[in-house]
Amino acid sequence: MALNARTIDETEYFYGHKACAGCGGSLAVRIALKVLGQNAVAVLPAGCMSAVGFNFPQLCFGNNAIISTFAGTASMLTGIEAGLRAQGITDFHAVGFAGDGGTADIGLQALSGAIDRNDDILYICYDNEAYMNTGIQKSSLTPFGARTTTTPAGKNIRGNLRPKKNMFEIVAAHGIPYAATASVGYINDFIRKVEKAKQIRGTKYIHILAPCPTGWGIKTDETVEAAKEVVDCGLWYLAEYENGSFTLNHRPKEFSGVEEYLRKQSRFRHLTDEDIKIIEKSRDAKWEFINKNFN
Amino acid sequence: MAKKFLSGNEAFACGVRLARPQVISAYPITPQTIVVEKLSEFVEDGSLNSEFIHVESEHSALSCAMGASAVGARAFTATSSQGLLYMAECLPYAAGGRFPIVMMNANRSTALPWNIYGDQRDSISQLDSGWIQAYAENAQEALDLALMSFRIAEHPSVSTPFMANLDGFVLTHTYELADVPTQEQADEFLPPFRTENKLSLSEPKNLAFSAGPDSNTIFKYKEHLGILRAREVIRETEHSFAEIFGRQYTGLTESYRTEDADYILITLGSISGLVREVVDSLREKGEKAGLLRLRYLRPFPNEEIAEAVKNARSIAVLEKDISFGNEGTVYTNVNSALHKAGITAACSDYIGGLGGRNISAEEIEGIFIELKNERSAVRFLGTGGEQDGA
Repeated sequence: MALNARTIDETEYFYGHKACAGCGGSLAVRIALKVLGQNAVAVLPAGCMSAVGFNFPQLCFGNNAIISTFAGTASMLTGIEAGLRAQGITDFHAVGFAGDGGTADIGLQALSGAIDRNDDILYICYDNEAYMNTGIQKSSLTPFGARTTTTPAGKNIRGNLRPKKNMFEIVAAHGIPYAATASVGYINDFIRKVEKAKQIRGTKYIHILAPCPTGWGIKTDETVEAAKEVVDCGLWYLAEYENGSFTLNHRPKEFSGVEEYLRKQSRFRHLTDEDIKIIEKSRDAKWEFINKNFN
Repeated sequence: MAKKFLSGNEAFACGVRLARPQVISAYPITPQTIVVEKLSEFVEDGSLNSEFIHVESEHSALSCAMGASAVGARAFTATSSQGLLYMAECLPYAAGGRFPIVMMNANRSTALPWNIYGDQRDSISQLDSGWIQAYAENAQEALDLALMSFRIAEHPSVSTPFMANLDGFVLTHTYELADVPTQEQADEFLPPFRTENKLSLSEPKNLAFSAGPDSNTIFKYKEHLGILRAREVIRETEHSFAEIFGRQYTGLTESYRTEDADYILITLGSISGLVREVVDSLREKGEKAGLLRLRYLRPFPNEEIAEAVKNARSIAVLEKDISFGNEGTVYTNVNSALHKAGITAACSDYIGGLGGRNISAEEIEGIFIELKNERSAVRFLGTGGEQDGA
């Protein structure tokens, strides 16, 4: 029986934490741990999930879990994997959960090192598109146009001027055994990918888009909807990289409206029609690339 | 036991091999490289069964070692200078997590200006990070320290990471005869690492957590007690070491002709050998000179220093370190020990050997001559100047 939202383990491994209502990141962590099970050994760097989960004496992980330094998610995973293997222990899954800043900015070097060594670890990036734990500052995964506290939208500059860093293809360029994109809006797809990664030896990377109502300016019950819509309008995509090639997992028949997606979020409220055209154009260019290069 | 002609780095690597670390993560930096090259060779030739992790930076080297230690594996890394500073975030992290990692540091100057030669500003700048800090004088001590460091660090009442320091080039690259113990002897001395402070599949834990204002002090106090308890564990370990290997070390300090000395020079590391020779030559001339070598800076030998210098007329510290805007850090620490013991003898600071500058026997003799003035001052060897810190 395929694992899905109906058949998944009812045990909670990430429970009683202090995450904000509607937190997409905590949903990704909760679901991934249900797929990986009791023998997951989780590493979480300084960031939202460690801040809400590890407040002594309220420690909320039911499985083994440890906070790493901000830059050290991947390298600590390596040490855990090597340390357990050196003691003859093999029935575990070393899994990291790091945010977009912890992955694409400060943790990128260590992640690249781990992929380069092909360490047997699963690295999950929960991407909420800014440094949310410190109060919504721009990361290299903040999308073009988004207002953050360090990319304010004023008369002179309208939010973040740079596009989102292409982590998925950067990771794939290492020749990693398995990489995937996902979204908390398509939870069965994510479950399937974690389940698949669990079976693969070597380094695995899953990049899951996980909205943050606080930072995005949406209602706390709109997280899943926003995470679905970003895929439906083509600004995010569900794909895998394996054996040297890319596969698209989900092709929207027709894109839903980019403007509609953006206008619902207060971080994009200042955008002009012209800005939205720029975003649509870059989406189309991306899909042209996907159509040409992904199976 | 076999006599071998080894550099400090090679001797330390031999000691590490005998300690059977399960995970080694390291990044190369001059003058530490030979340690990690040797350990790689040992892994390759099968004489060491370790996971050797080729990390992409020193920050990852220590982060990886913490991961290994957090699952109960014996972990080793080595670094120097810029590398130590690059991993600096992980130093208090490892100490606070009570992960008894052993790290060799090849003492080297820190930029700017760039300089690959030996001084001790790198490790001394990290004195407050919560690590035990030992300073070896020669290749034999380096090898022995490698073995002892794991036993001290991993002792359940200590559970504190251990930084073993070797002066860059002067010690790391100089060849000396050293006894290399057999694996059987090493195994008799050093049992496998056992700890309750680990992630365990049968008993899952959450480690390296946050502790707010209400509980933070107690965690930090316990960390402090752990490193203080190392004083007793170092003594026990050295006693047990002597029983098996026949070499007795002397705890946090080593005194040389201090019992009746009027003038005592306090120093650390490889320069101690030369100071000992100068003490001997001054004694022949009837001068009552003595040497106190600090083998450990953390835990700090407050009582040992006070005991050794209590009858001296004048004291000096010779150190390869400067805390800019103040004085040498070893001097600051020594003065605190003297003050707490009510010792009022003059105590001067000599800052030398920065960036590998040679310290000559004549300069050391000059220090002893100046000690006769019985006044306190801070001086730099190599500038011709004096700075009173005013």
